Amino acid sequence: MSPETPRVSASVVIPKASLQVVFDHLRATGFRLIGPTVRESAIVLDEIAGLEDLPLGWTDTQEPGRYRLQRTRAAEYFGFTVGPQSWKQFLHPARLQLFSVERKNGDLTVRKAQEPAPAYAFIGVRACDLHAIGIQDRVFLGGEFQDPHYARRREQVFVLAVNCRKAGSTCFCSSLGTGPRVKGGFDLALTELPEIFVVEIGSEAGSEALRGTPWESATAFDLGRATQAVQRAEGQIVRQLRTDDLPKMLYDNLDHRRWDEVAARCLSCANCTQVCPTCFCTTVEDASNLKGTSADRTRVWDSCFVRDFSHVHGGNIRPSIRSRYRQWLTHKLGSWFDQFGILGCVGCGRCITWCPVGIDLTEEVKALREKVTP
Amino acid sequence: MSVGLPMPEPQRMLASQRSPDPMLPSPALIEAIKPVAYGISTFTLRFVDPAERAEYRFQPGQFNMLYLPGAGEIAISVSSDPDEPQLLGHTVRQAGNVTRTLARLKVGHQVGVRGPYGNPWPLDKVAGKSLVIVAGGIGLAPLRPLILSILHHRAAYGRVVLLYGARTPADLLYTDEFARWQEGNVEVHVTVDLGDEHWKGQVGVVPQLFYRIRVEPKETCVMTCGPEIMMRFVIYEALARRIPKDAIYLSMERNMKCAVGFCGHCQFGPTFICKQGPVLNYARIEPFFGKEDF
Repeated sequence: MSPETPRVSASVVIPKASLQVVFDHLRATGFRLIGPTVRESAIVLDEIAGLEDLPLGWTDTQEPGRYRLQRTRAAEYFGFTVGPQSWKQFLHPARLQLFSVERKNGDLTVRKAQEPAPAYAFIGVRACDLHAIGIQDRVFLGGEFQDPHYARRREQVFVLAVNCRKAGSTCFCSSLGTGPRVKGGFDLALTELPEIFVVEIGSEAGSEALRGTPWESATAFDLGRATQAVQRAEGQIVRQLRTDDLPKMLYDNLDHRRWDEVAARCLSCANCTQVCPTCFCTTVEDASNLKGTSADRTRVWDSCFVRDFSHVHGGNIRPSIRSRYRQWLTHKLGSWFDQFGILGCVGCGRCITWCPVGIDLTEEVKALREKVTP
Repeated sequence: MSVGLPMPEPQRMLASQRSPDPMLPSPALIEAIKPVAYGISTFTLRFVDPAERAEYRFQPGQFNMLYLPGAGEIAISVSSDPDEPQLLGHTVRQAGNVTRTLARLKVGHQVGVRGPYGNPWPLDKVAGKSLVIVAGGIGLAPLRPLILSILHHRAAYGRVVLLYGARTPADLLYTDEFARWQEGNVEVHVTVDLGDEHWKGQVGVVPQLFYRIRVEPKETCVMTCGPEIMMRFVIYEALARRIPKDAIYLSMERNMKCAVGFCGHCQFGPTFICKQGPVLNYARIEPFFGKEDF
């Protein structure tokens, strides 16, 4: 007789419909399920109740500057690649009140914002996005100061990861070693096969989440099929990013002609930074009442492509698109390493897909590497 | 496949120690407001909470974030004596929304303060050396705690020279203190870009003051704060005198929203000005310093 719950690091198989039991269990233990769902012609991340909210039978095609959903005949819940949103919006919300202040006779009273930090269960986290969470962990928790807002959300998260069986044309995770297989940092990791899910147990919490779900140990045959599926995805990856000469290559080419060339195409719209799962920049807004006696301070996502991002008295440090694109790319693929010991890119390809003019950072890096004869 | 840089696996996060919220300001009382130059005043602040006041320490070159409800928050270096950390001087020029709002406040009003932040002037590394302190305009403010600290421990340093300049005589800071600094054996050389009818001193840009002194390059450290264009030429003059790159320290400024490395605004190449800066060693940032629009 098998035990009620599988041991950690074991692989089991469950019938597809049984995933609903896992969902119910998670919800019953207080988690809000966040998962992929179809909305406005895209697969977005939002609160889901069950299997019926997942994009069953949908897939996406992605190219630089292009994203389209398509129906497929395969009855797959996770037969698509990453959409425009990432888990960043739940751990590092786009708007977050920091505190409120009241002023009475010149005296200030500061009150911490009392907003809830729900326990999220992330359903369907891809390997690249899981690495992105690891990168933001370093940004918000790895330094001298820790962001308590991020920490509260992060500590509670349950991660149900999914191995990619299909790569988008803009994916390049294999170049960075961030995918397509999920290797760690999850509670449960699924590989979707036609009739079953192969489930790897990553933690005690993951094991516990399978309580009440009918499961069997995975056979070598199941595991082989799961491995093959992920290998197929890896084989589909066409884009590559060479990183062995970074960050130095970028630092050596701060005056490269390519920056002018890409600046002529870049709209400085900031889409790439908003869809990027690691971009973390924020600004702060104060909303005061008309008398000026109270104010709410809110942190909102910002972007280094915004003109005023670098404003100091007397003007902007980076007034040109050339300088802003250079800042973004040299940070993401260069100085990020000096700052956090890791690159800021996970190869998810979102910045390529969601760039309105289809700028491809892997191409830009290649072009910057080319010697220019003056 | 080419994996050049390490990409460690994401870790399941352990319940972290709940650290205090670094974005929360604490109320501080405006004890005094002293005009120090045209459009520039020194605001002396004192934390309202006695425990916070007793705990607070800063080092020369560090800064605080001053918060004015409804207006915003700005990074201002502490310009007062580090040996008296209960009273915190902030020399502020009216330049933007927050500083103009601050200028309208009166003694007895409160502002929000959090800090201190940033990397200070390397007093330990420069002990025993001769120091050339070079400031332009309000750039003297973050250097004042350094000068006061040197005066307290004057014997620990060799020759100390201050080269200071501003646009006009009315823009010079702390002129009433120069005599005292000179008595304490800190040489003060002053220049202005544009004199007025009473000005009898030197006219010209700050880096030219280097021609008034002689330095022993191996024994000298340069510490400078001012407009970047000024610091560029200060570095030029220092290097021309064979002062090593790693003996030059400069204090930089960038837009700053959080001061704790979360907001991303103050990045300067590999550094965050709020963490590795504002005081940076020139040898470390040489490839980036002076790069156009960087």
